Amino acid sequence: MMSPGAVAQTCDHRAANGEGEHRVGHYVPHTDDELSAMLAFCGLESLDDLYAHIPDAVRLVGGLDMVDGLAETDVMARLRAMAGRNSAAAEDLVSFAGFGAYDHELPTAVPALMMRSEFVTSYTPYQPELSQGVLQALFEYQTMVASLFGLEIANASLYDGASAAVEGLNLAAAATKRTTVWVSEGIHPNVREVIRTLTGPRLDVRIAPVLNGITAWPDDLEEPAALLVGYPNALGCLEDVPAAAQVAHDAGALLVAYADPVAAGVLRSVGSQGADVAVGEGQPFGTPLGLGGPYLGLFACRQASWVRRWLPGRLVGETVDNQDRRSYVLTLSTREQHIRRETASSNVCTNQTLIAVAAAIHLSWLGPDGLRELATRCVRGAHYARKQLFRIPGVEPSVSSRTLYEFPLRLERPVPDVLDRLAEEGYLGGVDLTPDYPDLGNTMLVAVTETRTRDQIDGFSAALEKALA
Amino acid sequence: MSGRTPPETSAPEILRGPSGGRATSAPVAGDGTEPSIFELSVAGRRAWSFGATDVPEVDLTSAVGAEHLADAPPMLPEVSERDLVAHMTRLSSRNYSVDHGAYPLGSCTMKYNPKLCDTATTLPGFAAAHPAQPTDQIQGWMELLVGLEDFLCSVTGMHAATLQPAAGAAGELTGLLLMRAWHSARGRQRSKVLIPDSAHGTNPASVTLGGFDVVEVPSDARGLVDLDALRDLVDDDVAGLMLTNPNTLGLFERDIREIAAVLHDAGSLLYYDGANLNAILGVVRPGDMGFDIVHLNLHKTFAVPHGGGGPGAGPVAVSERLAPFLPGPRPEFDAQSGRFEWATPECSIGRVHGWHGNALALARSYAYILANGGDGLRRVADAAVLNARYLQERLRDVFDFPYDEPCMHEFVASAASLKSDCDVRAMDVAKRFIDEGFHPPTMYFPLIVDEALMVEPTETESPQTVEAMAVAFRRIVEEANDDGGAAARSAPRSTPVGRVDEVAAAKKLRLRWTPDDDPGNPTHSKE
Ligand SMILES: Cc1ncc(COP(=O)(O)O)c(C=O)c1O
Repeated sequence: MMSPGAVAQTCDHRAANGEGEHRVGHYVPHTDDELSAMLAFCGLESLDDLYAHIPDAVRLVGGLDMVDGLAETDVMARLRAMAGRNSAAAEDLVSFAGFGAYDHELPTAVPALMMRSEFVTSYTPYQPELSQGVLQALFEYQTMVASLFGLEIANASLYDGASAAVEGLNLAAAATKRTTVWVSEGIHPNVREVIRTLTGPRLDVRIAPVLNGITAWPDDLEEPAALLVGYPNALGCLEDVPAAAQVAHDAGALLVAYADPVAAGVLRSVGSQGADVAVGEGQPFGTPLGLGGPYLGLFACRQASWVRRWLPGRLVGETVDNQDRRSYVLTLSTREQHIRRETASSNVCTNQTLIAVAAAIHLSWLGPDGLRELATRCVRGAHYARKQLFRIPGVEPSVSSRTLYEFPLRLERPVPDVLDRLAEEGYLGGVDLTPDYPDLGNTMLVAVTETRTRDQIDGFSAALEKALA
Repeated sequence: MSGRTPPETSAPEILRGPSGGRATSAPVAGDGTEPSIFELSVAGRRAWSFGATDVPEVDLTSAVGAEHLADAPPMLPEVSERDLVAHMTRLSSRNYSVDHGAYPLGSCTMKYNPKLCDTATTLPGFAAAHPAQPTDQIQGWMELLVGLEDFLCSVTGMHAATLQPAAGAAGELTGLLLMRAWHSARGRQRSKVLIPDSAHGTNPASVTLGGFDVVEVPSDARGLVDLDALRDLVDDDVAGLMLTNPNTLGLFERDIREIAAVLHDAGSLLYYDGANLNAILGVVRPGDMGFDIVHLNLHKTFAVPHGGGGPGAGPVAVSERLAPFLPGPRPEFDAQSGRFEWATPECSIGRVHGWHGNALALARSYAYILANGGDGLRRVADAAVLNARYLQERLRDVFDFPYDEPCMHEFVASAASLKSDCDVRAMDVAKRFIDEGFHPPTMYFPLIVDEALMVEPTETESPQTVEAMAVAFRRIVEEANDDGGAAARSAPRSTPVGRVDEVAAAKKLRLRWTPDDDPGNPTHSKE
């Protein structure tokens, strides 16, 4: 072994890079003597010889046209400056923005445990003997997600709510051998767009309109594979899930519910109301807003004959080891791409395991009563906010249907102007729905979570009144 | 293999030593089982608390509506924070990771992920930004995204990129939809996509989702795309070819220019699966090889930690002629206003992610690239390839190597002889490797190699660690020759559980915890 001194002496990259402050490729440990010894062992003279078999015609001449490497303090300084050019919703402003991404209290236990290298820096648990920790955490996560939705089976995560919705529709199409799917207009417009993009070559996606915030399913559904309904939907409204289930089942289709997992603290589960598949966005549990990712695609379904063949994504099952000890392992992999290739139920491989583990920790911290309390606090805040905001001249509800903790307001002025004025007062007022729901007029969607105090809501309504004056 | 005994080590003196170390010292060897969090639950126990808000109470039944209101909340564990933290910490101790030691899992590029990149994601200006904020509130974020796109285009030699795809497979589907849109814009529909028989499973699965039929291209005796077979397969119904280069055997497709010409002459596109980009950083670029569409796995090459299975990020970079089809909205710098704005290309295929991709993962890669720079990235490739080449040389006489081309950042060995000689399969070698204190290589992939062991040391392992892995592999083979494979077949012995019954797991499905008295859960009473 070499002494540290010898390493420094033989490392002429440090000198070549000037100043001696740092060396390029901080994370490559090889000293020059070591490189030489390894090359000699391989019968090579220079590093370039490693690529001798690559045709010159495609080789890059002169190296990458990029900046030189920086020391880590210099990288952090740049990033801090960039981060400083954001007015982040949950840091610099008082936020009433939701629309699928929510500012919730994050228990300190979550980020603390999320620093465990074993969770952060392991691969997919292909080797169960070395991966019982992640496998068991995912098994517990699956149990919690199934419970939130009142269904029997949950997978080990998908990319985000949108990808979970796509997979739900793909599952329904495979299970029913049909290709038409009906998506409620109350599903988030981004999710609808992702569905159209990703299923375009295979499925016929029809949109069922919302009237006053509630989906009006057409009479003739033309042999549908699935209906997709939000609960609450993207406008914050509580849809009639049993009615949607009835319509779906009468037509021989599956009901896929895009369900809010926080609302599950007070609402009847979508499974108990007739949904065959539940999908959703798990971001509220354990994940910061982070400009929209990485988030967490929740996916659950009832036990059915199509599960073994068509359920998408990784699944962790409980089993025993060779000494009969309880163990966990990835299971039903015969559905998956690495076995079934072009006939796989889905192409997903890497998923969002770390976020799923964070969600399981957050949900365990809450427990049933804490989840109920969280949802109740959101409902309470929204109730109070509605009362305050609808008093303001020039503000009225965009819909009269029942909402839970997020609701659309129609404003007298264009929403972008109002958002600008609110930002000057330190508020992120909500999200402009006008481009996506033009029929609703100048509509701003406002979400109230447990993080908002009475003073903040009062201040917000005063600022909104001023902005509209 | 028979008669071959591993010769005394011929490793250079300088490479022998404990630098880097191995995980045989890690305290993961307890042989008890960890109860389920649900078994630690006690009714009425709690960890939660919420801040004072002073918001007036409401009557839930009237606020929610009797028809919507649940009688009781969902079943979740009721634990103290102390018990929760202890449980999760014990679970973490039952899990190997890159931070423990070497993880030469081929195709997965399990390199060390610098802590700098973790820290970058915790900056509140990034972490606390809402994805639907007006653009003037997120200029710093948009600058980062545009900067990362520039970096990725420089590294790949491409024109523009979307950062939306959440992982490699999502990038593949995005790329195939781009392929589809590009052909449609030329007024034609093509139904077939070619992939080599060595391809990763996500490739054919994505092809189907993209609405194409898979046609397999055979590999030749070198382990490379069989050019003659390719020529026979390409016709005017072929939309494109998906290729990994270096391929999944760790071999560089040296005929890439000819391959590109065959495809392009037929009006087809060439797709680059970037899972193996680590091998060629700063050496050769997909754009210069003739690729039209490139997906990258930022969780492989650009140091996004794998998180026990994700999240990653799978940006897709394209040549100029495909840029108008990229998913929107894209962050762009508007020189006139001096600001960053969202813009959707004219012929966009549409969004492929609910928001802007796995943004915080993208921030990690940005930090990683800044720290390395162009010169540092080249060093990454050099050390990654040299480590693999050295390790392969050290193992030449103990495993079979069906393809005798110089390897790039990884190589695929075969345990076929070991299997016929002493009934030790690739799986057994992998499990015995655990007892040596390392994570096993990838097993049984690619499918075209019998008893495949796919080894990718990565550049961040020191030469001594690489040498220690060589010695470990040699010891396993030597031991198998001595004991007829008994030790390997019963490995691992140093882990919290022994070999796990996968067949039983799939036969009698138990996918969630249920109480002890549930007849569906016979294993619970064993505790
Ligand atoms: C060669 C190859 N292609 C594609 C993929 C898929 O990438 P991801 O797991 O990020 O979806 C992988 C990773 O497992 C791979 O190794």
